[in-house]
Amino acid sequence: MTALDTAGPAVTAGPAPSRNTKHSARRTTRKWGEISLFAGPAVLVYLIFVLLPVLLAAFYSFFNWNGLGPLDRFIGLDNYTRLLADPVFHRSVFNNFFIIVMSLLIQGPLAILVALLMNRPLRFRGLLRALIFVPYVLSEVTAGLAWQILLQSVPPNRWGPFDTLLRSIGIENPPAWLADQDVVMWTMFGILTWKYLGLAIILMLAGLSGVPEELYEAAALDGAGWWKTQWYITVPLLGPTIRIWAFLSIIGALQLFDMVWIVTGGGPLNASSTMAVYMVKNGLNVSQIGFGSAVAVVLFLISLVIALVYQRFALRRDLAGAITGGVR
Amino acid sequence: MTATTAITTRGAKTAVPRRRAGEGFDWGQPIVYVVALAVAAIAVGPVLYVFISGFRTNPDFFTNPAGMPDPWTADNYLRVLSNPTFWNQVFASTVTALGTTLGVMLFGVMAAFVIARYDFKGRQLLYAMFTTGLLFPLTISILPLTVLLRQLNLFGSWWGLIIPQVAFALPTTIIILVPFLRAIPGELEDAAMVDGTSRIGFFWRIMVPLSMPALMTVGVLAFVGSWNAYLLPLFVLQAGGAGSDSYTLPLGVQFFSTANGQDTTGVLSYTALAMLPAILFFTLAEKRIVGGLQGAVKG
Repeated sequence: MTALDTAGPAVTAGPAPSRNTKHSARRTTRKWGEISLFAGPAVLVYLIFVLLPVLLAAFYSFFNWNGLGPLDRFIGLDNYTRLLADPVFHRSVFNNFFIIVMSLLIQGPLAILVALLMNRPLRFRGLLRALIFVPYVLSEVTAGLAWQILLQSVPPNRWGPFDTLLRSIGIENPPAWLADQDVVMWTMFGILTWKYLGLAIILMLAGLSGVPEELYEAAALDGAGWWKTQWYITVPLLGPTIRIWAFLSIIGALQLFDMVWIVTGGGPLNASSTMAVYMVKNGLNVSQIGFGSAVAVVLFLISLVIALVYQRFALRRDLAGAITGGVR
Repeated sequence: MTATTAITTRGAKTAVPRRRAGEGFDWGQPIVYVVALAVAAIAVGPVLYVFISGFRTNPDFFTNPAGMPDPWTADNYLRVLSNPTFWNQVFASTVTALGTTLGVMLFGVMAAFVIARYDFKGRQLLYAMFTTGLLFPLTISILPLTVLLRQLNLFGSWWGLIIPQVAFALPTTIIILVPFLRAIPGELEDAAMVDGTSRIGFFWRIMVPLSMPALMTVGVLAFVGSWNAYLLPLFVLQAGGAGSDSYTLPLGVQFFSTANGQDTTGVLSYTALAMLPAILFFTLAEKRIVGGLQGAVKG
């Protein structure tokens, strides 16, 4: 009865708008239904397995907890003070930054140089590129095990494959690549360069393929030599590629774990430990989830600050629209 | 006559852009080959060494670690190939990598479809949420994730690998897919609507087939990522108490190496065989991998 009453005037007042609202309401419901149907699974999995753990890490870092018993020993910032006072952690942070700085100083320029040289019509160009790219495709574990065997050295008389090779070309006393505390990080840097130089070269070659040919012809007409042309024309135009490579390299170096864990386990005497190795050693072997989480939070904060600063000053122009403004 | 010379020089210029007229011999060319070959040799040398040394016996290896096999023997390889654990690990890697790939492609394209082609409040937020995922790599969340997986009863199981790997691959996937889906012309959608297709039908019959190139790139990246993964299997399978028969290959190789430290050539052949799938897969998918990376740089 009441239903009829309310429906009555509405119909007389104007059937068109009423039907329209109903229709569009149904359409809106359907639209949201479709949206949640399509995006729902991804959002759910992402929230639970990517975002929630990060929040949990921040939460756990205030507890003394082994991950199993009740979470009731709140200790405030104690994990952080302990962490920041630990010389092994200092060494780990230093090692991460050592890899960052050396990569930027050596790996990048080396890759640019090789790419500049290779950026011309070559016979077997495809094959050469593929060969250079091989180390990048291998898992860190298989590559790491290979290097562990290649570089093993058991003094005084048992030389590993690499040392035997060096002796055959007259280098009698190579350092203990993996056993010398002062050498091990250089060794690690060498292995990482071997693994990631190919990727850098491929990226640089990709960047070079975007440099317009006419510029070279113009430079040649002006009488510029090869080096001058590269230095004043090619390298500046390669800027965006170099900046993105550097960003990927820095973030990768901050997360460095697999290779170190496989090749040295962080040794000898923590000399090759990194933040992630330090975290896993504490979290996995000693099962201190609270303390390990504090390491994760510090690692995250360092990465975040570097990422923000880098984006602000270097990547801003290149990424404008790529990450922040992707949806207009 | 002058016209012909002009044409030929221009032709030569496009073929070898940086060779200048009047230069007799391009000294750059041999140097380039030397450099490229040296880099390629350094890249491939250690890999070749592993494959070749797998054919050696341990006494032979320790007499001269840098030499060639004397005699050549396939014993090590046959031992690994007849080891059921090795095949179980190949199977584990295949299942988890395929599961991850399918999950990433399906969930990724569905979410990217919404972000690219629906107009709604919160769309930008949704996109931003996924892209910030780039700031949260697995390393940072591995410890709480382990606790979470234990509570969800996924600890020690392949699902405990697949689901988080899908989740962590979503940011890159969505960043690659959204522009691709948005570039598909709206007229196609209108035409489909006029023909009476629903949005869901449009998605399956038109969007998914059209976005296959981008989806393949995303799939290859997810597959390689999963195949090579170490940190997550280390925590979920090894720390989760799964037996070495359900380890993925990287974890299995590392386990074998730790357990058989004295048997160096055995470890080398196990490592070589574990490298093989990655190399084969790369030769098959090279264009996708390199193309995907180049696309990412070119923007």
